[in-house]
Amino acid sequence: MNLKLRVWRQRSAAEKGKMVTYEVTDVSPDMSFLEMLDVLNEQLILDGEDPVSFDHDCREGICGSCGVMINGRAHGNGLFDSHPQTTTCQLHMRSFKDGDTIDVEPWRATAFPVIKDLAVDRSALDRIIQSGGYISAPTGTAPEAHSILVAKKDSDAAFDAATCIGCGACVAACPNASSMLFTSSKVVHLGLMPQGQPERNDRVVNMIHQQDLEGFGGCTNIGECSVSCPKGISMENISRLNHDLLGALRAGARPKS
Amino acid sequence: MALDLFTLGEPVADTKAPRDVPIGERWSERRFRAKLVNPANRRKLTVIVVGTGLAGGSAAATLGEAGYKVKSFWYQDSPRRAHSVAAQGGINAAKNYRNDGDSVHRLFYDTVKGGDFRARENNVHRLAEVSVNIIDQCVAQGVPFAREYGGLLDNRSFGGTQVSRTFYARGQTGQQLLYGAYQALERQMAAGTVEQFPRTEMLDLIVVDGRARGIVARDLITGEITTHFADAVVLATGGYSNVFYLSTNAKGSNATAIWRAHKRGALFANPCYTQIHPTCIPVHGEYQSKLTLMSESLRNDGRVWVPKERGDTRDPRQIPEAERDYYLERIYPSFGNLVPRDIASRQAKNVCDEGRGVGPNGLGVYLDFAEAMERLGRPAIEAKYGNLFDMYAQITGEDPYEVPMRIYPAVHYTMGGLWVDYDLQSNIPGLFVIGEANFSDHGANRLGASALMQGLADGYFVLPNTINDYLASGPFEKVDPQHPAALEALEGVRAQTEKLLSINGNRTTASFHRELGRLMFDLCGMERSEESLRKALDRIPEIRQEFWTNVKVPGEAGRFNQSLEHAGRVADFIELAELMCVDALHRNESCGGHFRAESQTPDGEALRDDENYAYVAAWEWTPEGVPPVLHKEDLEFEYVHLAQRSYK
Repeated sequence: MNLKLRVWRQRSAAEKGKMVTYEVTDVSPDMSFLEMLDVLNEQLILDGEDPVSFDHDCREGICGSCGVMINGRAHGNGLFDSHPQTTTCQLHMRSFKDGDTIDVEPWRATAFPVIKDLAVDRSALDRIIQSGGYISAPTGTAPEAHSILVAKKDSDAAFDAATCIGCGACVAACPNASSMLFTSSKVVHLGLMPQGQPERNDRVVNMIHQQDLEGFGGCTNIGECSVSCPKGISMENISRLNHDLLGALRAGARPKS
Repeated sequence: MALDLFTLGEPVADTKAPRDVPIGERWSERRFRAKLVNPANRRKLTVIVVGTGLAGGSAAATLGEAGYKVKSFWYQDSPRRAHSVAAQGGINAAKNYRNDGDSVHRLFYDTVKGGDFRARENNVHRLAEVSVNIIDQCVAQGVPFAREYGGLLDNRSFGGTQVSRTFYARGQTGQQLLYGAYQALERQMAAGTVEQFPRTEMLDLIVVDGRARGIVARDLITGEITTHFADAVVLATGGYSNVFYLSTNAKGSNATAIWRAHKRGALFANPCYTQIHPTCIPVHGEYQSKLTLMSESLRNDGRVWVPKERGDTRDPRQIPEAERDYYLERIYPSFGNLVPRDIASRQAKNVCDEGRGVGPNGLGVYLDFAEAMERLGRPAIEAKYGNLFDMYAQITGEDPYEVPMRIYPAVHYTMGGLWVDYDLQSNIPGLFVIGEANFSDHGANRLGASALMQGLADGYFVLPNTINDYLASGPFEKVDPQHPAALEALEGVRAQTEKLLSINGNRTTASFHRELGRLMFDLCGMERSEESLRKALDRIPEIRQEFWTNVKVPGEAGRFNQSLEHAGRVADFIELAELMCVDALHRNESCGGHFRAESQTPDGEALRDDENYAYVAAWEWTPEGVPPVLHKEDLEFEYVHLAQRSYK
């Protein structure tokens, strides 16, 4: 099939960007969205033009590197009834029709400055993890694994939250550019495990504080995040975070610094 | 062997494992004999760690916890992206929670045998010993492993073993283990012990007075090329499967760090040992950019088959039982579908070569869950493999609950890597190599669920102990950034960058990469022969020549330039490919993933030649036009009896 792409081009964070139109021909329905962009880029290189930059790595939907807005939807999630929620690398061109025009833009959020074209800086998410998204268990200190039992339902629910890949689609989809779904997935994962209890109050308070410092917006329970999440992380995690946050504040926990 | 290919150098040997005590005591004895560094002195010592996968992430975090000043480098935007994240199936540990006869010794034995007797016994035994600590460590970090209703950890079995010793987190074990290491690493960054260098790629090693003292790296956003210095350098940069272009590795996975270290003098061991994983989604088109693995755990319940008759194009569901060939169950009755990866892959190739392959291009076999669905019910299959089935459906557009999956082997892992001793130190003092980037534990074939085990063993438990012995003689004299060795390395990287951008030819980097990959898969893949390897060795220098005169790399050096990154990596892959073929050609025996057509048993199994090839081939780099130098490390088997591997 043949497609018309309108792609956000921006040479660097300091320069202004704009949408540029490209024609891509002979697209196979079995290609992934990124393979279609590869075809465009090879053509641009041979034509002596600057290829489109975009982040990607594993191309199997697990590393969280890739992610663009496709026709205004993060990873294209929500555009196709038949398609399960996915990452951009796992969206296949069979979801599109010959002659389609597709808008391709980077994640848009104050906390995610554009590096070039479709690649953005998501290090703010790492700093949220740094502020408390861990269990302090230095190497060598661990007790025998079976000395602490974990109820299967807790372990399974913790796993479901822990499958967040940190791609940032939730932020890009949110009208407030809030990272609440990301933050809550880690708060809930660790908060459901017995090993995570000692730091539970401090963790939630510090992570929310860092999230605010990074310039993410507040959560108003709109739900675009969960619909756009390639791993289907549930909004229930946000409720659980709020529950933990309230409990922690009442217990006197306050952010560091 | 023709001497035009290489010359023979002095043998190498590991001198660090204490051979005067029994194997079960060697690791604790080594730790006892190794020198220590007093906590107050650790602050004065700097360690560079390149890579943040299971090995690099866990090592950087653990060294930071110990009090060293750590500089952590990675090319992705976040340490959580490292390709360990994609490992699906699980991690082995000799916990014997199933009471099924497992032990440290059995894990050791299975791993040496699984590696077709081409791994070093001492390293493998240590790996089996520390495997139990890894599970404890990860559970303490909150890794949500699969559990049973009583709250205990669940296990499953994997290829090449007859016990259930694999711990897992649904089909995302690597992701969960990596996040454990990543979180520990972020904690150390917050504590200020680990300094971070995101989106920064190592492009050379700085060797001063014979010691590894730093690296040259390029900031991928600004394009700035800078030098960084330390008392020791740790490479945890993964494997080189992307030599084959199509592999299950991430697109960015590359050999540049280890290859540049090799060109600085580090020996490269067993480069031809590559693992072709039997259960991947088949190739479907020319534009394809990568292959996707379906976890080996699927072989616990899925049955592999092809039609008995060639050219049978019926819908698989219409083919009666009597007309199906469950060839693994037929040939290997005791291991059945759970034979090791090298064997499962080669048999898939054999049935396809016979014309019995399935799918559009005949390069595929069925992996069928109909029997398991009947036995266990769909909900049980969904719980065990749900995400894998979803992934398959998304990529192929077919529903594996309804029709059998189609699978074909794909390059997945490289057992070869930089040569290291028992301390995981290369032949360059101060250069340590951990995880897939080294060669040490898997011999000629890696068993499933052993890569995660090795990465975390090296990073959490082995390196943080052995590196002390080296650092105890530091801190070393500070390296002046104007030191000739540093300047030479920096200038070399700058010159190569400028050269790549100036060629301005007619072909893209990707087109060279695809050509190299296809050549390597066809001529140095699942089956190799003198003829195929000679052909590859004729062709690779031509590809190299054309690359350096006709590649077109757009953009500038001083900007975010993904084309430039790719070009540098492909330049190194081309050189590495040549060494892989030389190694494969010189090793005139079949072992594990290295199958030489000339060396097989009457029934087509790999035939080792222990008399002539029971050694590690450690290669020394030589300039273009001079044949590489082979250093042999003889493998001694004191505890495992050398035998023809049999899974029948």
